[in-house]
Amino acid sequence: MIRFENVGHRYGMGPEILRDLSFHIAPGSFQYLTGPSGAGKTTLLRLFFLSLKPTRGLITAFGKDTQTLPKAELPPLRRRIGMVFQDFRLLDHLTTFENVALPLRVQGKSESDYRSDVKELLEWVGLGERMHALPPVLSGGEKQRAAIARAVIGQPDLLLADEPTGNVDSQLAHRLLRLFSELHRTGTAVVIATHDLSLLDRYDARRLVLEDGQIHVYE
Amino acid sequence: MTSRQKKDSKADSRPAPEISGPEISSRGAVAIVPPKSIAGNALMLVVAIMSFLACLTVGAVSIVRDAASDWQSDIAREVTIQIRPIEGIDIEASLERAAGIARAAPGVASARTVSSEETTRLLEPWLGAGLDIAGLPVPRLVIVTVADPAAVDFAALRRDLATINGASLDDHRVWTERLASMARTTVIIGLGVFGLVLTATVLSVIFATRGAMAGNRDVIEVLHLVGAEDSFIAGEFQRHFMLLGLKGGVAGGGGAMLLFALGNWLSGEAIGTPGAAQVNALFGGFSVGPAGYFGALAVIFLIAVLTAATSRFTVQRHLADLS
Repeated sequence: MIRFENVGHRYGMGPEILRDLSFHIAPGSFQYLTGPSGAGKTTLLRLFFLSLKPTRGLITAFGKDTQTLPKAELPPLRRRIGMVFQDFRLLDHLTTFENVALPLRVQGKSESDYRSDVKELLEWVGLGERMHALPPVLSGGEKQRAAIARAVIGQPDLLLADEPTGNVDSQLAHRLLRLFSELHRTGTAVVIATHDLSLLDRYDARRLVLEDGQIHVYE
Repeated sequence: MTSRQKKDSKADSRPAPEISGPEISSRGAVAIVPPKSIAGNALMLVVAIMSFLACLTVGAVSIVRDAASDWQSDIAREVTIQIRPIEGIDIEASLERAAGIARAAPGVASARTVSSEETTRLLEPWLGAGLDIAGLPVPRLVIVTVADPAAVDFAALRRDLATINGASLDDHRVWTERLASMARTTVIIGLGVFGLVLTATVLSVIFATRGAMAGNRDVIEVLHLVGAEDSFIAGEFQRHFMLLGLKGGVAGGGGAMLLFALGNWLSGEAIGTPGAAQVNALFGGFSVGPAGYFGALAVIFLIAVLTAATSRFTVQRHLADLS
């Protein structure tokens, strides 16, 4: 699905923060991306999400070389990837329902087509009662779940989550992890970036450990 | 696993919630770009002023063009045959012959000889009263009224009149050409002003769009991240600006049309006063015809379309630069 071959990345003229990364994310797989703070987890996720281009090496996403990918082909590829951001990136002037429906709306679908799907998903993540609320009045956990719902509403082939349990208590973290494992069971490949070691113990999975700019894969 | 299978599988793994109750989005399709984030009122005011000026230009051009057309039409419907006094010719006979040739020409309604008394009266302001022009070498005139200027073959008429010694035809071509030239110049000046106004509008919209994009950077980023194409993002901005352009255009254009109507009414009220008579003589009355009103409506539509197109182009260009 996503293949990295000798990928390196640096910001501007700075030092290379990711070096010689070679690994593969298989369809329907589940893995943690971990490592100390500042190891480059978010940068690696951005490379996955095609919002960054590597300074060297080759990334193949869904069979396409991202380095030579025309800009017009990015949106259809991004729709196959759901991303949960650490800071949620919800739009404050849209309700929870509207935020979650955004990926479908940008595809040109009408509200009548997606209304029941979005409502069902919001019920599933426990936000059925909060669908008319605006993000500023949601709690951290609710925002997190809204962000997850938005990432999965388009039924992506790959779900990326950046520190999804960073802002929630351990009980909610456990619930969110269960949510990710449910998604995984439905066939979505999941990559969870976290430095929360307790989370890794709860659900055993492949680990991608970033250290000193290099990646170590533990199957 | 196919997307369909995944969907089914997902549906199976989730509890089946009740899909009933009130409508989810009671707000309708909410704008993704928040309207409050765009400096709408200032831009709308600018667009309204620009539309007002553009409509005034259209109205002014329409008045001058109509007046010039009326003048041209009036002048083209009257030509003059002049008989110069030459020794040895009977000027009265020449006048009669010239009038006869003119009457026989196609497209001519009538031909009237200006009598000796009328000629004297015409010269009175310069030569004084009680003058006997019989002893003076004063040219005499035949006034020809044209029924249909297009039907008159002036070249043939001129040829026929050349058989009369001292006769010449003045079809006022110099005047009509001057009027046509003046009308053309007025239209060109009007187009120039119109172009400047539109340019100023476009520049204002470009600045406003750039400001709106800077203020909605996070919205654009999120839209990109959820897979929105540039054309979708541009469309979201375009919708706002088209509405702003339409509101501004209606305000400015509507104001200009009210002014036209007021001008028409005032000029109607002032009929008979010396001032109005003078203005009427020059401009044929301050009256914006249907062309002026249609022009103003076209300006409103044009401003709205131009505003929308400019914002779309600006957004798309900005997004292309971002990549």
